[in-house]
Amino acid sequence: MQTQFKILPGFYAAILCFSSFQVSANTSEAPSIKIDGSSTVFPVSEAVAEEFQNSKSGKVKVTVGISGTGGGFKKFCRGETDLQDASRPILSEEMVTCKSADVAYFEIPIAFDAMTIVVSPKNTWAKDITVDELKKIWEPAAQGKITKWNQIRAEWPDQELHLFGAGSDSGTFDYFTEAINGKSKASRSDYTASEDDNTLVQGITSDKNALGYLPFAYYELNKKKLKALEVNGGAKAPVKGNIFPSAKTVEDGSYFPLSRPIFIYVSAKSSEKAEVKEFVEYYLKHVGKLAKEVQYVPLPSKAYDLALKNFKAKKLGTAFGGHSEVGLKIEELLKREAKL
Amino acid sequence: MTSLPTLLRLRIKKERRKNKIFLWTARVSLVFTLLVLLALVTDLFIRGADRISLDFLLSFPSRFADKAGIVSAWVGTLCVMIVTAFVSVPLGVCAGIYLEEYAKKNKITSIIEVAIANLAGVPSIIYGLMALGLFVYKFELGQSVQTAGLTLALLILPIIIVATREALRSIPLSVREAAAACGATKLQVIRHHLLPYSTGGILTGIIIALSRAIGETAPLVTIGALTYIAFLPHSPLSTEAPFVSAEWLKDPFTVLPIQVFNWVSRPQEEFHRNAAAAALILMVLTFSMNIFAIVLRARVRRKIKW
Amino acid sequence: MKQNSNTVDLESSSPLLSNQRALNSHLRMPLRKKRLRIFEKFIELGLFFAAFCSVLVTIGIFWILFSEAIPFFQHVAIWDFFTGTEWAPLFSEPKYGILPLLCGTFISTFMAMVIALPMGSVIAIYLSEYAHEKIRESVKPILELLSAVPSVVFGYFALLLVTPLLQKIFPNLPSFSALSAGLVMGIMIVPYVTSLSEDALRAVPMHLREASFAMGATRFQTAIKVVFPAAFSGITASFVLAISRAIGETMVVAIAGGMQPKFTLDPFEPAQTVTAYIVQVSLGDLPHGSLGYQTIFVAGSTLLLITLFFNILGHRLRKKYKEQDA
Repeated sequence: MQTQFKILPGFYAAILCFSSFQVSANTSEAPSIKIDGSSTVFPVSEAVAEEFQNSKSGKVKVTVGISGTGGGFKKFCRGETDLQDASRPILSEEMVTCKSADVAYFEIPIAFDAMTIVVSPKNTWAKDITVDELKKIWEPAAQGKITKWNQIRAEWPDQELHLFGAGSDSGTFDYFTEAINGKSKASRSDYTASEDDNTLVQGITSDKNALGYLPFAYYELNKKKLKALEVNGGAKAPVKGNIFPSAKTVEDGSYFPLSRPIFIYVSAKSSEKAEVKEFVEYYLKHVGKLAKEVQYVPLPSKAYDLALKNFKAKKLGTAFGGHSEVGLKIEELLKREAKL
Repeated sequence: MTSLPTLLRLRIKKERRKNKIFLWTARVSLVFTLLVLLALVTDLFIRGADRISLDFLLSFPSRFADKAGIVSAWVGTLCVMIVTAFVSVPLGVCAGIYLEEYAKKNKITSIIEVAIANLAGVPSIIYGLMALGLFVYKFELGQSVQTAGLTLALLILPIIIVATREALRSIPLSVREAAAACGATKLQVIRHHLLPYSTGGILTGIIIALSRAIGETAPLVTIGALTYIAFLPHSPLSTEAPFVSAEWLKDPFTVLPIQVFNWVSRPQEEFHRNAAAAALILMVLTFSMNIFAIVLRARVRRKIKW
Repeated sequence: MKQNSNTVDLESSSPLLSNQRALNSHLRMPLRKKRLRIFEKFIELGLFFAAFCSVLVTIGIFWILFSEAIPFFQHVAIWDFFTGTEWAPLFSEPKYGILPLLCGTFISTFMAMVIALPMGSVIAIYLSEYAHEKIRESVKPILELLSAVPSVVFGYFALLLVTPLLQKIFPNLPSFSALSAGLVMGIMIVPYVTSLSEDALRAVPMHLREASFAMGATRFQTAIKVVFPAAFSGITASFVLAISRAIGETMVVAIAGGMQPKFTLDPFEPAQTVTAYIVQVSLGDLPHGSLGYQTIFVAGSTLLLITLFFNILGHRLRKKYKEQDA
């Protein structure tokens, strides 16, 4: 037992050293802004939070969590967070929760996230794909039946089709299924799903027969490992023909229908705090540049100006009526917001 | 007719061979396990060792991979582990002592034993969900270091209880009988005879339990651990009376495994390097936490002479 | 010597109790004893509460799971839930059969145990019966370091290193499989088995071994026939902890097993366990409170009930075995 008593003072000394280090570091007495929600929007909010804190030399504290869009809304509608990162609009059941807790909010689109259809660089035959072909591959009826490349397009080889995609709990999944299959969450289930898009990249790159859909950022940063297919938006597309996914085609809306807006929701009560108001204004002024840095497509600057105007004019509520929508062009979104 | 000595000799040869085979199987298994560990550590090393620098250890996270650091993460991990250790060790050891020394063979004891065995198998995220409903909302402890510490403490409690019980059980009855024969009360037997001998086993349990806790991600995210936080919790020492503060318990925080998980799911290759470096730091932290216990255990073990 | 008619005066001669005597030397014997007894009772109560905490935690967990799971069964028939072979609760045509998730949990736990239990026990026996003290003292901390690796790292290790390696042996192995996840989980759990078993084996008194050697037994025979059975309680405890750990493991399977629930026991296919599913949904984009969200509580409750059943069974069996033994 004596040996323990010799070690114990050493242990306390270590704690003392560690805590004296903290005395000189930042403490959280300053006003704080709490952000939580989608892990998709997280990189953007993190970037803005970082820059904002630097500009205020640490006098305001900003924290960002990744409980997911669903978990985040739950906390948001309880008044626990100031800002909600959302990769989809607020849903009707969440609107009800917020209303019953007297939480009013601003809906602010901040960037576009596009989905790319990718194959392995070893895939030599596919260069483009139409929306109808995608539907043929991914609709629920295709389960177990569409298993070969030549069933999609006759010129393609008689090889097995290996599918990769988003997990069924994610906003990406919801959006893709709505855009391609016409109904949210309607999809075949015999594909490799993953929470972590990096693992999908991993799976697709080495498999000649792989086909998958990924967020644009993961394609952009892995151009050597993946090959993106041009998408033909079909009859409803604003621009006919095969469109290659790029920042430009997403911004001008020609890459259809696989791009979706991502949002932040700001609690009305929080927006009355000076630091939150300042943060939101900072967000809208700088996200155009910062979104590009994390491989999201920024909205045109008109959009940010309009959003700022709406925010200052206290235009509360959502433009989506409690559900997500497909193939929204930025101009349409702009017009919508103005109608609030 | 083979004679008895020959049969015996054959038997002995057979047994010796079995012994040799077992020895070599064991050595191969051990080497295999160590190789796996080596492969893991080497992989992490190759990916991220060059990223480790004083800067990395003292910077806050950032969207720029080369500027990002882990100071909020490792400080958070340390704070949470202190709470976890302070809650789980006394609770677990006391529970183990009760069950092994005091408990009578009645219904309540059976219920407790089954409950503990069951809790060991509950997935960590369910502890997180329970803690969210109970600690964060009902008890209003907030999404803070204290909630995280409590949640992890409950998670690892079964391991400590089981290890304590087994450590106490392994002490021969003769020690207890001898102490009782000298007129010692139950408490005295435990304090002066059983605990010193079982310290080694209890420490093993604590090592394994705390190592498990330090690597947990899912339950902490559920109770509200952050992923981006650019400031540290309050210091436990303060400049005014009473010179010790408990503010840090109520502060928001993040931990290293969450940081690793967040960075590894980013598309940028540089963040993967950061993740590997952070994982290495986490292992170093865990090892240094374990070293106290390991050294203690070795010293205590040397004294046992039976 | 003070002699009281109803107490024997051991206290003045016993060094063990002399501290008690020092503290209470101003009191008379019966009062001293009474105080001691009250103090001890108090301590016993305190220890009891510590143990009872586990029951409170269990109740807490049951409460949280069942309160969200019960409303679920107003929408879905219990029979369909327990016998359905498709788990697709978040698709537009939801299917609520829990069997695929249970298969996933079973196959990954089974694979992990096939690795961890034998290897762990063999290494433990080697360390306690064969190895030189220096080897033992250095290897044990290193193995415990293995348990210090966060499960997230193991998950990526399985995905990025183990799966490609396995694909060289089994070319048809998909990039996510229960085999890869199960094997890595097994390695991750080896320290649990080894450390606790080795402690139990070490605690077996030397004289048992010496008696066995004196009879001419080899180390192997001694280890298997004498020491192992003597340490049985500790070894089974470590086994139970290991199995529980495997059942409750989340990250490794979530990352390396793929998120495809399949009604199959084939380890060469991707699988999803109950725990991986719970993590997927609770950290995802589903609105909390929706039917899809409730499915995680239902899945969790099912897992809890199954482990409870096995634990009660195990407890009853152990009691019977102990009674027969005694």
